[in-house]
Amino acid sequence: MINSKPTAIIIGAGFTGCALAYDLAQRGFDVTVVERGELASGTSGRTHGLLHSGARYCVTDPEAAVECIQENIILRRIAKQCIEFNGGYFVALDDADLAYAPAFFSQAQVCGIPVEEIGVKHALEAEPALSRQILAAYEVPDGAFDPLRLAMAFAASATQLGARFHTFHDVTGFLQDGKGKINGVRVTDRHADHSWEFNADITINATGAWAGVVAEIAGLSVPVQPTPGVMVAYEKRVTDRVINRLCEPDDGDILLPQRRMAVIGTTSFEVQDADYIPVTPDQVQQMHERAALLVPELKNVKMRGAYMSARPLIGGMMSGRSLSRTFKCYDHLANDSVDGLVTVTGGKATTCRVMAEKTADLVCQKLGWHRTCETAELPLVDYHLYYQTREVLA
Amino acid sequence: MTGSTWQVTFKVYRQRTGEKPSHQSYSLDVDPDEYILDAVERIWAFHDRTLTYRHACHHSTCGACGMRVNGREKLTCITTIRSVTRNGGTVRIDPLRNFPVISDLVVDMGNFFLRMEKSGFDSVVPLDKANLPYESTITRVSEHKHEAERLADCIECGLCISACPAANTDHEYIGPAVLASIHLMYTQSPSQALIDQADHHTGLWRCHSAYECTQVCPSGVDPAWRIMDMRKKIIGNRIKSIFTRPNEDKKNA
Repeated sequence: MINSKPTAIIIGAGFTGCALAYDLAQRGFDVTVVERGELASGTSGRTHGLLHSGARYCVTDPEAAVECIQENIILRRIAKQCIEFNGGYFVALDDADLAYAPAFFSQAQVCGIPVEEIGVKHALEAEPALSRQILAAYEVPDGAFDPLRLAMAFAASATQLGARFHTFHDVTGFLQDGKGKINGVRVTDRHADHSWEFNADITINATGAWAGVVAEIAGLSVPVQPTPGVMVAYEKRVTDRVINRLCEPDDGDILLPQRRMAVIGTTSFEVQDADYIPVTPDQVQQMHERAALLVPELKNVKMRGAYMSARPLIGGMMSGRSLSRTFKCYDHLANDSVDGLVTVTGGKATTCRVMAEKTADLVCQKLGWHRTCETAELPLVDYHLYYQTREVLA
Repeated sequence: MTGSTWQVTFKVYRQRTGEKPSHQSYSLDVDPDEYILDAVERIWAFHDRTLTYRHACHHSTCGACGMRVNGREKLTCITTIRSVTRNGGTVRIDPLRNFPVISDLVVDMGNFFLRMEKSGFDSVVPLDKANLPYESTITRVSEHKHEAERLADCIECGLCISACPAANTDHEYIGPAVLASIHLMYTQSPSQALIDQADHHTGLWRCHSAYECTQVCPSGVDPAWRIMDMRKKIIGNRIKSIFTRPNEDKKNA
């Protein structure tokens, strides 16, 4: 039981780290975030940008679907500033898609996702760029978000409550007391090539696809499998709604509007090292073909960018796609008899707030700090304010 | 992506905080259809872990990866290597101008973002206000349950400020992106407060029409047009006020 303000170090300033900094700061923690690059410069920044309704997972992974719709509603309330919310369609392109429709429709309802069959004519009127071949269309509350600004909004809200963000700080070691307790981290400030130490009651490894690499610095292992997927952005915004193919999760099944662009994704394969994942021409070609099935005119629209993002999937034994998209928190005291360190990994961008909530619950329980989560109600502060209270650099 | 390979030398600006800058060369085998940011990331991953740079989305929606490539402001995630050099060529990479360099290619965006906040910049705009006023408005969404919206064009990358000759000589100048933001907000909801933010010597009237901002903008904001249009609106208001009797002016205010 701690009486004075507990201190926490969060490693990683992706969605999870930023949301966790906000949650812990709101619960009265003194929070320090260390991140080796810029905010959201790993998986988070490169995410597709889909605010999931959950419908994508309602048949194959209802647990993830329920989490998604609950968080979808919350994020639309608290992070409106970085979300374009115009809804989404699931469209059937062939008989196999049509055969999937009944299970999709009933499971979406079971998961609490507002879903409506809208008719092909209506769908084509609302989104004239859609393929004329569509056989059925369902509307769900999907949206698109700006990844960096979502992370910044959480980070800005955290800094307003006193959290400090040290970007471009690489963790080089853990401070250990020799009795199995981690008391903080040793970091290198990459701007000045200068090393220093941070002490804390609790350290949280929120490095997503890199959680295994960071745990290894402390001699621990975390079963996370970096599982990248490719995204291709086009020069033209062809729809206002998110267009999903009405099928089980598959390669290139989601076409997203974002600013003046359309972005198709994605694929799924496993890598060992997530630091650099090359974009291969065959995957780009595959996305191009899939995008044109949903919106034929994309065949002739110039590509604007192609990129990879490494999902942090949990467990190394099963193949990537079949794993649950839900997240895990590990208390290394229970798993490895090392106190003072918690790892959170897995999850999706849409569920980052609840990942932070559950992780903060675990941290509070560990430290005997009785405060509950309040992040679901209040809107986040303007993302620009991330820069207001940050430490002024030379 | 063609799968072909070029050999390209990247001459990269290096500077630790408080130390003197220099350029460091890295020779890489690259696919010419990869992006400059891919090459920078590869230098960090495989050649030099001390290199610092900003990036996030890798597809031009976040604005973090602005740099000067061969002296020209570019969003490096959508700039192909092919578009700036040839096989055997050299590409020079520098941080943006008119922002303080923290280290290497990382500049401090703090003051700029706070100015954008002050201008009331809203990152999400109604769809019918999102395009430039002189573009045809796309009203695709019919019978929509909500007001259709999209993320605004300005991604706050800072390229326009880096390219602007006026910003280079006057650091108090609020710069093209902020003025474009004020214009965007004014077209949605005109107010004297917005005019006051722009109508002064470090605002609209510092611009000397070099149009560099519009040249380098990767996102279709056209800050130069917005600055000129905002000037027109303000001059129009002034002329109107000359022909309006003071009491009528009050009535219409």
